[in-house]
Amino acid sequence: MKKTLEIENFTIKEIHEHLQKGKFSATELVQDSLARIEKYDVKIKAFLTVTDDLALNLAKKVDSKITKRIKLGSLEGIPYSAKDVFCTKDIRSTGGSKMLDNFYPPYDASVIKKVNEAGAILIGKTNCDPFGFGSSTENSGYFTSRNPFDIERVPGGSSGGSGAAVAARMGVFSIAEDTGGSIRQPSSFCNVTGIKVTYGRVSRHGSMAYGSSLDTVGHMGRTVEDVARILEITAGRDEHDATSADKPVLDYTELVKDDIKGLQIGLPKEYFPREGMDPEVAKTVRDAANTLDDMGCHIEEISLPHTEYAIASYYLVATSELSANMARYDGIRFGYSEKGGKELRELYERSRSEGFGDEEKRRILLGTYALSAGYYDAFYKKAMQVRTLIKKEFDEAFKRVDVILAPVAPTPPFKVGLHEGDPLSMWLEDAFTVTLNPTGCPGLALPAGFSKSGLPIGMQLIGPQFSEDLLFRLGYHFQKKTDFHKKLPSLIEED
Amino acid sequence: MKKDSKTKKITKKDVKHIASLARIKLTEKEIKKFQKEFEAILSHFDKLGEVKTEGVTEISQVTGITNIMREDFAKEFLTQAHALQNAPKSKDGYIQVPSVLKKSE
Repeated sequence: MKKTLEIENFTIKEIHEHLQKGKFSATELVQDSLARIEKYDVKIKAFLTVTDDLALNLAKKVDSKITKRIKLGSLEGIPYSAKDVFCTKDIRSTGGSKMLDNFYPPYDASVIKKVNEAGAILIGKTNCDPFGFGSSTENSGYFTSRNPFDIERVPGGSSGGSGAAVAARMGVFSIAEDTGGSIRQPSSFCNVTGIKVTYGRVSRHGSMAYGSSLDTVGHMGRTVEDVARILEITAGRDEHDATSADKPVLDYTELVKDDIKGLQIGLPKEYFPREGMDPEVAKTVRDAANTLDDMGCHIEEISLPHTEYAIASYYLVATSELSANMARYDGIRFGYSEKGGKELRELYERSRSEGFGDEEKRRILLGTYALSAGYYDAFYKKAMQVRTLIKKEFDEAFKRVDVILAPVAPTPPFKVGLHEGDPLSMWLEDAFTVTLNPTGCPGLALPAGFSKSGLPIGMQLIGPQFSEDLLFRLGYHFQKKTDFHKKLPSLIEED
Repeated sequence: MKKDSKTKKITKKDVKHIASLARIKLTEKEIKKFQKEFEAILSHFDKLGEVKTEGVTEISQVTGITNIMREDFAKEFLTQAHALQNAPKSKDGYIQVPSVLKKSE
């Protein structure tokens, strides 16, 4: 009989302590997540696939380990979900697109393998915009996920299902990916903590490719401490991903405890425009800056003048790269395959036209255009040069400050359907997140407050490449001083 | 270097051509819709023309790594059954595709 436990704000550390002491079993822990899915997911629609039998079997094994007093892995018994762009062996992985409706990967993504080996238990695959193309899950080939704080509103995207799942405590964390804000924006919208790592910090092997020079694999959880703990497991060089960094994996959970006094924090003035930005977002982030100031940090205004060109540069680079990455969906080795065509070209055209949704087509066409003869210089090359200038700007800023503090989204979570029929306006929602991926720098999104109507507003801490430890340190202390991250959606509190 | 001129208007013919390059077949309705959307999107991208980029190198590898090599030896990765499990059409351990070459008479 599945029932919920009162562990909504337990960290992974606390859950482990309770498991070791026999306060509850791993089976009860998994049943808690499954019970929440059963109770709330019909409204929230975070999950595309729920792996209940698999999860309960794994939980049994963990309970047996506990009984035999075998040492537990650092994530042992912890229920988690994974965005459906990750290959999970023999478990349906759709990428959020009808193109892969019937795809059963023959292998696990490296990040999934690592997390499983540390003992975590997969409870399901979460909904997302297809292949990461979107900021709300409204482009998903399946359905739109809902924000647990207000189900008329979006959970953000593209990792909206993951954000909603963690917010509603369906599982303790979620593996997700960020190419232009896809972890940070849903973290902000769903009041959870999410890390966009430095490019190459975590292996991309088995993560469905969007923009190969921009994609990062990360995760979302309840607290900075948890997110730090998970990165200790997922980070590191992987022989299957040549772009994965050969840098040492730090003891993130130890390093968070170091002091933050004297750290220099920059507030980019271009991130607080009067137009298009909700004043409550600006106020919330400035209040967070004041809190950090009270805690001994030094806040100063900085300038990132190429911010206004970031969306154009990002979308040109991203669509160009994805137009190449999407070529693999050809109806031949896997994925949707149209049966009527008699020759090769027909097979390609029909499979791709029927398998892809509007947003996939839109982006593939734009990317193809940007790379086509006669347009390469004006579009792709230009965008790549602007990318260099954006990166230089960040490098210069980090000579003056240790960390940059910025809003994540220009508004609190918006209503479902707001951007219908206007794809460009949806893309403009990414104004504060797309600037980061072209630089490769890491960004930690965490809860910073709420609007007057109770909608979550997050902030992001951005650092130089491979400075995740610094971001975690600041975030950890911020979460000791504030308790925004502990607020649960009223939907699940109504018990 | 001369200032980048505004991008020319994108026509229905352009959309059809790009679709053909991308091996996607669009309906007339879709061609019209995408043409309209692209006008708005490309006009936003025109902004990049304002940025001075003379002599700026393009970076795509942001963490400074180049040419990662490994020893060339074969390793077990997937069984044949696993490799074929998602193929829409397979026969005798091969993936089946429509004919590429025309039969000569």
